[in-house]
Amino acid sequence: MKIINFLKSFLLLDFLKAFYLAQKYFFRKKATINYPFEKGKLSPRFRGEHALRRYPSGEERCIGCKLCEAVCPAQAITIETQPRDDGTRRTLRYDIDMVKCIYCGLCEESCPVDAIVQGPNFEFTTETRKELYYTKEKLLENGDRWETVIAENLDADAKYR
Amino acid sequence: MISLAQTYFIEVMTIILYCLLIFVPLLLGVVMALYADRKIWAAVQKRRGPNVVGPYGLFQVPADGLKFIFKEIILPDGSDKTVFLIAPIITLALSITAWAVVPVQAGVVLANINVGILYIFAISSLGVYGILMAGWSSNSKYPFFGALRSAAQMVSYEVSIGFVIITVLLCVGSLNLTEIVMAQKTMWFFIPLFPMFIVFFISALAETNRPPFDLPEAESELVAGYQTEYSGMPFVLFLFGEYINILLMCAMTTILFLGGWLPPIDIYPLNAVPGFVWFLLKVIFVFYLFAMVKAFVPRYRYDQLMRLGWKVFLPLSLFAVVATSSILFFFNLAPGM
Repeated sequence: MKIINFLKSFLLLDFLKAFYLAQKYFFRKKATINYPFEKGKLSPRFRGEHALRRYPSGEERCIGCKLCEAVCPAQAITIETQPRDDGTRRTLRYDIDMVKCIYCGLCEESCPVDAIVQGPNFEFTTETRKELYYTKEKLLENGDRWETVIAENLDADAKYR
Repeated sequence: MISLAQTYFIEVMTIILYCLLIFVPLLLGVVMALYADRKIWAAVQKRRGPNVVGPYGLFQVPADGLKFIFKEIILPDGSDKTVFLIAPIITLALSITAWAVVPVQAGVVLANINVGILYIFAISSLGVYGILMAGWSSNSKYPFFGALRSAAQMVSYEVSIGFVIITVLLCVGSLNLTEIVMAQKTMWFFIPLFPMFIVFFISALAETNRPPFDLPEAESELVAGYQTEYSGMPFVLFLFGEYINILLMCAMTTILFLGGWLPPIDIYPLNAVPGFVWFLLKVIFVFYLFAMVKAFVPRYRYDQLMRLGWKVFLPLSLFAVVATSSILFFFNLAPGM
């Protein structure tokens, strides 16, 4: 046994084996993707940047029930509401502090009208901290921009809700 | 009439031109080596490596260099400033100096001196001074220990490298690097001296502080070893010195064992290719092995490193010297006898 071990280490058998293995992996398909140019697949449940959605008529969905504000574990959401002239309750302010947000998805789950959702966008870096304090306008704009994808994702996930 | 000053001027300019002819391709080679090193390492781990800066990420290394140039050079408070700054310069200067005698093709060599191999051996031994000075002048414990380890490691592996070189020299009968290559016309030395080739290769890894023998800079123990306190340009000088040394060791392996600029077989389409292309290809092959070893061999423990050097390689190479000279003597093969 000792002699075999000696020969093994003397003839560098382990190293040859390792070299062969490394060489095999050298030509394997890469496990990483070419990120900025190609992107990985995202689940329909992916929790990215927030968006406030609208009804097809253009009316905003949010009714200012403040459930999301209450459920938010990071207390990142601030809402102020007021009845509108037609008697419905709407938000005056809907601010999300994206720095505080932990992207848990509870706001989306708690929303009775599917107004606040987390879209598939995860590339919203900014150069200043200020830009990460999202206002109602910003969130509605996000909703308009991502509506098609968000609607698709909600449909895909609807049967599990 | 040309005056003495003019002759002198022309002489000096020719020498400077020759130096640039070595220096510029060498720096280019280092840039490519750094890039290749990262790419090969990445490929083995199924990653892509640098691929954003420039086509295929080729400009990653120049971009890194540019970044280092603009960084502040930090001089530690308790350090010996003069020695601290001289150390990287010495490392780089010595590693470039060694290239003066490396022949890339028949007759294409800056200084075709008769003791070329001895010269390279001497210069690369001096390389340890740069590291020792860096470690000592930093006045900090990690660089100091890194330098001590590095010095011990380089000294112990130089011994076995010396004996390996002696076995090659026994087969050649000359210290001139060009003649060493020409002696391999019939058979490259890595065939008859295969064990010595392996010993030389592994010792070269240890000599240049490459993984798996990169203990002087083992980050889990010594942060970055002797380079810990360095930043900006001095750090780049160390990096370049290290990689030029690695390329030198690749070139030495090529010259001593892989037949330098000689084609594998001396037949028509192969021997029409210019010699330096063969030389380059062989150096690239050896560097590829260097990079692969980095990718798949775990780092040695320090006592294992020392045991390997003194208890395995030294007896082995000593035995090889005796065996080679006996065989050459008894079969009357020794050149010059």
